[in-house]
Amino acid sequence: MGWYNFTLLILVYLSMNIQELITYIEEEFDEIEKGTIHSESSIREIEGWSSMHALILIALVDNHYDILLTGEELKNAVTIKDLHEVILKRKS
Amino acid sequence: MEPSITKIEYFLPRMVLTTDDLAQEFNKDSEVIFKNTGIRKRHIRNPKQIGSDLGYEAAKKLLTKYPEYISKIDFLIFCTEGLDYKAPTTASTIHYRLGLNEGCGCIDMPMGCSGFIYGLSVANAMIYSENVSCVLFIAADIPTSVIHSEDFDMRALFGDAGTATIIEKSNLGKIGKFIFGNDGSGAKNLLVERGSTRSPLDLEYLKQYENQTGNLAHGRMSMNGLEITRFSLEKVPILLNQTLAKNNIAFEDIDLFVFHQASLIILNLLKRKCKIPDSKFYIYLEEVGNTVSCTIPIALFHAEKENRLKKGDKVMLLGFGVGYSWGGTILHY
Repeated sequence: MGWYNFTLLILVYLSMNIQELITYIEEEFDEIEKGTIHSESSIREIEGWSSMHALILIALVDNHYDILLTGEELKNAVTIKDLHEVILKRKS
Repeated sequence: MEPSITKIEYFLPRMVLTTDDLAQEFNKDSEVIFKNTGIRKRHIRNPKQIGSDLGYEAAKKLLTKYPEYISKIDFLIFCTEGLDYKAPTTASTIHYRLGLNEGCGCIDMPMGCSGFIYGLSVANAMIYSENVSCVLFIAADIPTSVIHSEDFDMRALFGDAGTATIIEKSNLGKIGKFIFGNDGSGAKNLLVERGSTRSPLDLEYLKQYENQTGNLAHGRMSMNGLEITRFSLEKVPILLNQTLAKNNIAFEDIDLFVFHQASLIILNLLKRKCKIPDSKFYIYLEEVGNTVSCTIPIALFHAEKENRLKKGDKVMLLGFGVGYSWGGTILHY
Protein backbone atom coordinates (compact mmCIF):
# COMPACT_ATOMS: atom_id res chain seq x y z
CA MET A 1 0.00 0.00 0.00
CA GLY A 2 2.87 2.30 0.93
CA TRP A 3 4.56 1.72 -2.43
CA TYR A 4 1.25 2.23 -4.21
CA ASN A 5 0.76 5.60 -2.52
CA PHE A 6 4.35 6.60 -3.25
CA THR A 7 4.03 5.68 -6.94
CA LEU A 8 0.72 7.53 -7.13
CA LEU A 9 2.34 10.58 -5.56
CA ILE A 10 5.18 10.46 -8.10
CA LEU A 11 2.71 10.10 -10.97
CA VAL A 12 0.66 13.03 -9.72
CA TYR A 13 3.85 15.07 -9.31
CA LEU A 14 5.00 14.28 -12.86
CA SER A 15 1.59 14.95 -14.41
CA MET A 16 1.39 18.26 -12.55
CA ASN A 17 4.71 19.20 -14.00
CA ILE A 18 3.61 18.21 -17.47
CA GLN A 19 0.58 20.44 -16.95
CA GLU A 20 2.93 23.26 -16.01
CA LEU A 21 4.91 22.72 -19.24
CA ILE A 22 1.67 22.60 -21.27
CA THR A 23 0.59 25.89 -19.67
CA TYR A 24 3.92 27.50 -20.56
CA ILE A 25 3.57 26.29 -24.17
CA GLU A 26 -0.03 27.52 -24.39
CA GLU A 27 1.02 30.92 -23.06
CA GLU A 28 3.95 31.18 -25.44
CA PHE A 29 2.29 30.24 -28.73
CA ASP A 30 -0.61 32.43 -29.84
CA GLU A 31 -1.65 29.71 -32.29
CA ILE A 32 -2.62 27.31 -29.50
CA GLU A 33 -6.06 27.56 -27.98
CA LYS A 34 -6.06 26.85 -24.24
CA GLY A 35 -7.04 23.29 -23.34
CA THR A 36 -6.44 21.90 -26.84
CA ILE A 37 -3.07 20.23 -26.22
CA HIS A 38 -2.14 17.42 -23.81
CA SER A 39 0.85 15.30 -22.90
CA GLU A 40 0.49 13.04 -25.95
CA SER A 41 0.12 15.95 -28.41
CA SER A 42 2.77 16.03 -31.09
CA ILE A 43 4.94 19.13 -30.83
CA ARG A 44 5.31 19.50 -34.58
CA GLU A 45 1.58 19.29 -35.15
CA ILE A 46 1.08 22.67 -33.49
CA GLU A 47 -0.69 24.76 -36.11
CA GLY A 48 1.77 26.58 -38.35
CA TRP A 49 4.80 24.84 -36.77
CA SER A 50 8.05 26.10 -38.29
CA SER A 51 11.74 26.30 -37.49
CA MET A 52 10.96 29.56 -35.63
CA HIS A 53 8.75 27.65 -33.17
CA ALA A 54 11.67 25.35 -32.39
CA LEU A 55 13.75 28.39 -31.43
CA ILE A 56 10.96 29.68 -29.21
CA LEU A 57 10.59 26.27 -27.56
CA ILE A 58 14.34 26.14 -26.80
CA ALA A 59 14.08 29.59 -25.20
CA LEU A 60 10.92 28.62 -23.29
CA VAL A 61 12.65 25.60 -21.69
CA ASP A 62 15.73 27.72 -20.99
CA ASN A 63 13.58 30.44 -19.43
CA HIS A 64 11.47 28.22 -17.17
CA TYR A 65 13.80 25.29 -16.43
CA ASP A 66 17.26 26.78 -16.97
CA ILE A 67 18.10 24.05 -19.48
CA LEU A 68 19.45 24.67 -22.99
CA LEU A 69 18.13 21.75 -25.03
CA THR A 70 20.34 20.47 -27.82
CA GLY A 71 19.02 20.26 -31.37
CA GLU A 72 19.22 16.47 -31.07
CA GLU A 73 17.10 16.41 -27.89
CA LEU A 74 14.45 18.57 -29.49
CA LYS A 75 14.52 16.50 -32.67
CA ASN A 76 13.97 13.27 -30.71
CA ALA A 77 11.09 14.66 -28.65
CA VAL A 78 7.94 13.87 -30.59
CA THR A 79 5.28 14.60 -27.95
CA ILE A 80 5.09 17.06 -25.08
CA LYS A 81 5.53 14.07 -22.76
CA ASP A 82 8.84 13.27 -24.51
CA LEU A 83 9.94 16.86 -24.06
CA HIS A 84 8.97 16.75 -20.39
CA GLU A 85 10.98 13.56 -19.93
CA VAL A 86 14.06 15.23 -21.45
CA ILE A 87 13.62 18.12 -19.00
CA LEU A 88 13.28 15.73 -16.03
CA LYS A 89 16.33 13.76 -17.16
CA ARG A 90 18.42 16.90 -17.54
CA LYS A 91 17.20 18.20 -14.18
CA SER A 92 18.05 14.99 -12.33
CA MET B 1 39.40 64.18 -24.45
CA GLU B 2 38.85 60.48 -25.04
CA PRO B 3 38.44 58.32 -28.18
CA SER B 4 34.77 58.26 -29.19
CA ILE B 5 32.49 57.72 -32.16
CA THR B 6 31.84 61.12 -33.71
CA LYS B 7 30.25 60.32 -37.10
CA ILE B 8 28.32 57.46 -38.66
CA GLU B 9 26.97 57.14 -42.21
CA TYR B 10 25.67 54.17 -44.13
CA PHE B 11 24.79 53.12 -47.63
CA LEU B 12 22.23 50.61 -48.91
CA PRO B 13 22.10 49.17 -52.42
CA ARG B 14 19.06 50.23 -54.43
CA MET B 15 17.42 46.86 -55.08
CA VAL B 16 14.94 45.76 -52.41
CA LEU B 17 13.50 42.37 -51.55
CA THR B 18 10.29 42.93 -49.59
CA THR B 19 8.61 40.51 -47.23
CA ASP B 20 5.61 40.52 -49.57
CA ASP B 21 7.90 39.44 -52.47
CA LEU B 22 9.25 36.59 -50.37
CA ALA B 23 5.78 35.53 -49.20
CA GLN B 24 4.63 35.35 -52.80
CA GLU B 25 7.69 33.45 -53.99
CA PHE B 26 7.57 30.84 -51.20
CA ASN B 27 3.78 30.77 -50.83
CA LYS B 28 3.91 31.91 -47.20
CA ASP B 29 2.05 34.44 -45.07
CA SER B 30 3.77 37.83 -45.25
CA GLU B 31 2.64 38.86 -41.76
CA VAL B 32 3.96 35.63 -40.22
CA ILE B 33 7.37 36.24 -41.87
CA PHE B 34 7.34 39.79 -40.51
CA LYS B 35 6.30 38.64 -37.03
CA ASN B 36 9.19 36.18 -36.87
CA THR B 37 11.92 38.27 -38.47
CA GLY B 38 10.83 41.87 -37.77
CA ILE B 39 11.91 42.65 -41.34
CA ARG B 40 9.92 44.25 -44.17
CA LYS B 41 12.79 45.06 -46.54
CA ARG B 42 16.26 43.75 -47.33
CA HIS B 43 18.50 45.68 -49.69
CA ILE B 44 20.25 43.51 -52.24
CA ARG B 45 23.47 44.40 -54.07
CA ASN B 46 23.51 44.38 -57.84
CA PRO B 47 25.68 41.51 -59.13
CA LYS B 48 28.56 43.90 -59.82
CA GLN B 49 28.62 45.43 -56.31
CA ILE B 50 30.85 43.83 -53.69
CA GLY B 51 31.46 44.68 -50.04
CA SER B 52 34.18 47.25 -50.70
CA ASP B 53 31.85 49.10 -53.12
CA LEU B 54 29.15 49.45 -50.44
CA GLY B 55 31.76 50.46 -47.85
CA TYR B 56 33.28 52.96 -50.27
CA GLU B 57 29.86 54.50 -50.95
CA ALA B 58 29.19 54.86 -47.21
CA ALA B 59 32.60 56.49 -46.65
CA LYS B 60 32.14 58.77 -49.67
CA LYS B 61 28.80 59.89 -48.24
CA LEU B 62 30.49 60.69 -44.91
CA LEU B 63 33.44 62.48 -46.49
CA THR B 64 31.22 64.50 -48.83
CA LYS B 65 29.29 65.71 -45.79
CA TYR B 66 32.42 66.28 -43.68
CA PRO B 67 35.33 66.86 -46.15
CA GLU B 68 37.64 68.02 -43.34
CA TYR B 69 38.18 64.36 -42.45
CA ILE B 70 39.88 63.51 -45.76
CA SER B 71 43.14 65.02 -44.48
CA LYS B 72 42.60 63.97 -40.84
CA ILE B 73 42.09 60.20 -41.23
CA ASP B 74 45.33 58.39 -40.38
CA PHE B 75 44.06 54.81 -40.06
CA LEU B 76 41.50 52.82 -42.05
CA ILE B 77 39.93 49.58 -40.85
CA PHE B 78 37.79 47.62 -43.28
CA CYS B 79 35.59 44.91 -41.81
CA THR B 80 33.93 42.46 -44.21
CA GLU B 81 33.56 38.78 -44.90
CA GLY B 82 33.82 39.44 -48.63
CA LEU B 83 37.30 40.79 -49.32
CA ASP B 84 38.16 41.88 -52.88
CA TYR B 85 41.33 39.81 -53.26
CA LYS B 86 43.55 37.44 -51.33
CA ALA B 87 46.11 40.20 -51.83
CA PRO B 88 46.35 43.14 -51.58
CA THR B 89 44.48 44.33 -48.50
CA THR B 90 41.04 45.57 -49.57
CA ALA B 91 41.37 48.52 -47.18
CA SER B 92 44.27 49.74 -49.33
CA THR B 93 42.10 49.77 -52.45
CA ILE B 94 39.39 51.73 -50.61
CA HIS B 95 42.03 54.11 -49.25
CA TYR B 96 43.12 54.83 -52.84
CA ARG B 97 39.56 55.30 -54.10
CA LEU B 98 38.79 57.74 -51.27
CA GLY B 99 41.99 59.73 -51.86
CA LEU B 100 43.15 59.50 -48.26
CA ASN B 101 46.61 60.52 -46.98
CA GLU B 102 49.62 58.38 -47.81
CA GLY B 103 50.48 58.32 -44.11
CA CYS B 104 47.34 56.35 -43.30
CA GLY B 105 47.52 52.72 -42.12
CA CYS B 106 45.11 50.19 -43.64
CA ILE B 107 43.97 46.81 -42.33
CA ASP B 108 41.24 44.32 -43.15
CA MET B 109 39.19 42.50 -40.57
CA PRO B 110 36.96 39.66 -41.76
CA MET B 111 34.84 39.34 -38.61
CA GLY B 112 31.12 39.21 -39.38
CA CYS B 113 28.44 39.68 -36.70
CA SER B 114 30.81 40.77 -33.92
CA GLY B 115 32.97 42.77 -36.36
CA PHE B 116 31.82 46.22 -35.27
CA ILE B 117 32.88 45.54 -31.67
CA TYR B 118 36.27 44.17 -32.72
CA GLY B 119 36.94 47.03 -35.17
CA LEU B 120 35.86 49.59 -32.60
CA SER B 121 38.24 48.07 -30.04
CA VAL B 122 41.18 48.28 -32.48
CA ALA B 123 40.32 51.90 -33.38
CA ASN B 124 39.99 52.79 -29.70
CA ALA B 125 43.31 51.14 -28.81
CA MET B 126 45.16 52.78 -31.72
CA ILE B 127 43.97 56.22 -30.67
CA TYR B 128 44.40 55.58 -26.96
CA SER B 129 48.02 54.59 -27.54
CA GLU B 130 48.47 57.87 -29.45
CA ASN B 131 49.77 56.09 -32.54
CA VAL B 132 46.96 57.57 -34.63
CA SER B 133 44.39 60.30 -34.07
CA CYS B 134 41.49 59.67 -36.45
CA VAL B 135 40.23 56.26 -37.61
CA LEU B 136 37.83 55.62 -40.45
CA PHE B 137 36.19 52.29 -39.68
CA ILE B 138 34.30 50.88 -42.66
CA ALA B 139 32.10 47.81 -42.19
CA ALA B 140 30.35 46.35 -45.22
CA ASP B 141 28.85 42.95 -45.95
CA ILE B 142 27.06 41.27 -48.83
CA PRO B 143 25.51 38.13 -47.29
CA THR B 144 23.00 37.89 -50.15
CA SER B 145 25.87 36.92 -52.49
CA VAL B 146 26.31 33.60 -50.65
CA ILE B 147 22.64 32.65 -50.18
CA HIS B 148 20.99 30.06 -52.42
CA SER B 149 17.71 31.33 -53.88
CA GLU B 150 15.85 28.40 -52.25
CA ASP B 151 17.19 29.04 -48.73
CA PHE B 152 14.12 30.82 -47.41
CA ASP B 153 15.24 31.32 -43.79
CA MET B 154 18.42 33.11 -44.83
CA ARG B 155 16.82 35.13 -47.60
CA ALA B 156 14.24 36.32 -45.06
CA LEU B 157 16.93 37.45 -42.62
CA PHE B 158 19.87 38.96 -44.46
CA GLY B 159 20.44 42.20 -46.35
CA ASP B 160 23.50 43.96 -47.79
CA ALA B 161 24.91 47.26 -46.51
CA GLY B 162 27.98 49.42 -46.00
CA THR B 163 28.77 51.70 -43.04
CA ALA B 164 31.43 54.29 -42.26
CA THR B 165 32.29 55.40 -38.73
CA ILE B 166 34.77 58.00 -37.53
CA ILE B 167 36.52 57.38 -34.21
CA GLU B 168 38.64 60.20 -32.82
CA LYS B 169 39.36 62.02 -29.57
CA SER B 170 36.54 64.36 -28.65
CA ASN B 171 34.54 65.81 -25.81
CA LEU B 172 31.49 63.93 -27.04
CA GLY B 173 31.99 60.91 -24.84
CA LYS B 174 34.18 57.85 -24.65
CA ILE B 175 34.40 54.18 -25.46
CA GLY B 176 34.50 51.85 -22.46
CA LYS B 177 36.41 48.63 -21.86
CA PHE B 178 35.87 45.57 -24.02
CA ILE B 179 35.06 41.91 -23.48
CA PHE B 180 35.91 39.37 -26.22
CA GLY B 181 35.14 35.71 -26.70
CA ASN B 182 35.48 32.94 -29.26
CA ASP B 183 34.49 29.31 -29.66
CA GLY B 184 35.61 27.81 -32.96
CA SER B 185 33.61 24.63 -32.32
CA GLY B 186 30.60 26.62 -33.55
CA ALA B 187 32.14 27.36 -36.98
CA LYS B 188 30.06 24.68 -38.72
CA ASN B 189 26.79 26.24 -37.55
CA LEU B 190 27.20 29.41 -39.60
CA LEU B 191 29.57 28.81 -42.45
CA VAL B 192 30.22 29.96 -45.98
CA GLU B 193 31.45 26.87 -47.77
CA ARG B 194 33.68 26.91 -50.85
CA GLY B 195 35.21 29.87 -52.63
CA SER B 196 38.15 30.05 -50.25
CA THR B 197 41.56 28.49 -49.63
CA ARG B 198 40.42 25.42 -47.68
CA SER B 199 37.76 24.49 -50.22
CA PRO B 200 38.35 26.25 -53.53
CA LEU B 201 35.73 26.31 -56.26
CA ASP B 202 35.80 23.68 -58.95
CA LEU B 203 33.84 23.08 -62.14
CA GLU B 204 31.54 20.58 -60.44
CA TYR B 205 30.55 23.15 -57.80
CA LEU B 206 29.96 25.91 -60.34
CA LYS B 207 27.91 23.61 -62.57
CA GLN B 208 25.74 22.63 -59.61
CA TYR B 209 24.74 26.27 -59.17
CA GLU B 210 24.53 27.35 -62.79
CA ASN B 211 20.95 28.59 -62.26
CA GLN B 212 22.06 30.84 -59.35
CA THR B 213 23.24 34.45 -59.70
CA GLY B 214 26.99 34.28 -60.37
CA ASN B 215 26.93 30.48 -59.81
CA LEU B 216 27.28 31.20 -56.06
CA ALA B 217 30.95 31.70 -56.86
CA HIS B 218 31.47 33.58 -53.55
CA GLY B 219 30.50 30.35 -51.74
CA ARG B 220 27.26 29.15 -50.16
CA MET B 221 26.18 30.05 -46.64
CA SER B 222 24.65 27.43 -44.38
CA MET B 223 23.14 28.19 -41.00
CA ASN B 224 21.88 25.99 -38.19
CA GLY B 225 19.40 28.47 -36.71
CA LEU B 226 18.70 26.29 -33.71
CA GLU B 227 22.34 26.03 -32.68
CA ILE B 228 22.88 29.76 -33.30
CA THR B 229 19.92 30.48 -31.03
CA ARG B 230 21.32 28.14 -28.34
CA PHE B 231 24.70 29.85 -28.58
CA SER B 232 23.10 33.30 -28.32
CA LEU B 233 20.94 32.34 -25.32
CA GLU B 234 23.93 30.82 -23.58
CA LYS B 235 26.65 33.39 -24.27
CA VAL B 236 24.98 36.78 -24.65
CA PRO B 237 23.63 37.06 -21.06
CA ILE B 238 27.11 36.14 -19.75
CA LEU B 239 28.70 38.66 -22.14
CA LEU B 240 26.28 41.31 -20.90
CA ASN B 241 27.22 40.71 -17.25
CA GLN B 242 30.95 40.56 -18.02
CA THR B 243 30.76 43.84 -19.95
CA LEU B 244 28.94 45.52 -17.05
CA ALA B 245 31.48 44.20 -14.53
CA LYS B 246 34.51 45.18 -16.60
CA ASN B 247 33.15 48.71 -16.92
CA ASN B 248 32.02 48.82 -13.29
CA ILE B 249 28.53 49.88 -14.32
CA ALA B 250 25.23 48.58 -12.91
CA PHE B 251 22.61 47.04 -15.21
CA GLU B 252 20.12 49.74 -14.21
CA ASP B 253 22.56 52.48 -15.27
CA ILE B 254 22.58 51.42 -18.93
CA ASP B 255 20.33 53.79 -20.88
CA LEU B 256 20.16 51.84 -24.14
CA PHE B 257 21.07 48.31 -25.19
CA VAL B 258 22.09 47.96 -28.85
CA PHE B 259 22.75 44.34 -29.77
CA HIS B 260 23.76 42.85 -33.10
CA GLN B 261 20.44 42.82 -34.97
CA ALA B 262 20.35 39.09 -35.69
CA SER B 263 16.59 38.65 -36.01
CA LEU B 264 13.55 39.85 -34.11
CA ILE B 265 12.99 36.44 -32.60
CA ILE B 266 16.54 36.16 -31.20
CA LEU B 267 16.49 39.77 -30.00
CA ASN B 268 13.18 39.28 -28.20
CA LEU B 269 14.37 36.02 -26.59
CA LEU B 270 17.54 37.76 -25.40
CA LYS B 271 15.63 40.79 -24.16
CA ARG B 272 13.45 38.52 -22.05
CA LYS B 273 16.32 36.40 -20.77
CA CYS B 274 18.42 39.46 -19.86
CA LYS B 275 15.33 41.18 -18.36
CA ILE B 276 15.86 44.36 -20.40
CA PRO B 277 12.86 46.72 -20.42
CA ASP B 278 11.39 47.54 -23.87
CA SER B 279 12.16 51.23 -23.37
CA LYS B 280 15.90 50.48 -23.17
CA PHE B 281 16.14 47.91 -25.95
CA TYR B 282 16.77 49.28 -29.42
CA ILE B 283 15.73 47.37 -32.53
CA TYR B 284 16.36 48.49 -36.10
CA LEU B 285 15.58 45.63 -38.45
CA GLU B 286 12.41 46.45 -40.35
CA GLU B 287 13.97 48.46 -43.18
CA VAL B 288 17.29 46.65 -43.59
CA GLY B 289 17.32 43.15 -42.05
CA ASN B 290 20.41 41.50 -40.62
CA THR B 291 23.31 43.27 -42.34
CA VAL B 292 26.03 41.30 -40.47
CA SER B 293 28.84 43.68 -39.39
CA CYS B 294 26.70 46.73 -40.25
CA THR B 295 23.78 46.18 -37.85
CA ILE B 296 25.21 48.01 -34.83
CA PRO B 297 26.38 51.21 -36.60
CA ILE B 298 23.09 51.40 -38.55
CA ALA B 299 21.16 50.96 -35.29
CA LEU B 300 23.28 53.63 -33.55
CA PHE B 301 22.69 56.02 -36.48
CA HIS B 302 18.92 55.62 -36.15
CA ALA B 303 18.85 55.62 -32.35
CA GLU B 304 20.54 59.01 -32.46
CA LYS B 305 18.23 60.25 -35.22
CA GLU B 306 15.20 59.21 -33.16
CA ASN B 307 16.58 61.04 -30.11
CA ARG B 308 16.95 57.80 -28.19
CA LEU B 309 20.48 58.90 -27.26
CA LYS B 310 21.45 62.00 -25.33
CA LYS B 311 24.64 63.37 -23.85
CA GLY B 312 25.71 61.40 -20.80
CA ASP B 313 23.89 58.20 -21.81
CA LYS B 314 25.56 54.85 -21.40
CA VAL B 315 24.97 52.51 -24.33
CA MET B 316 25.81 48.82 -24.22
CA LEU B 317 26.91 47.34 -27.55
CA LEU B 318 27.03 43.54 -27.91
CA GLY B 319 28.08 41.68 -31.06
CA PHE B 320 27.78 37.90 -31.44
CA GLY B 321 27.52 35.27 -34.13
CA VAL B 322 29.64 33.65 -36.81
CA GLY B 323 32.76 32.00 -35.38
CA TYR B 324 31.37 31.67 -32.83
CA SER B 325 32.73 35.02 -31.78
CA TRP B 326 31.37 37.65 -29.44
CA GLY B 327 32.33 40.97 -27.94
CA GLY B 328 30.90 43.84 -25.93
CA THR B 329 31.58 47.36 -24.74
CA ILE B 330 29.81 50.39 -23.33
CA LEU B 331 29.70 53.77 -25.06
CA HIS B 332 29.50 56.91 -22.94
CA TYR B 333 27.68 59.49 -25.00
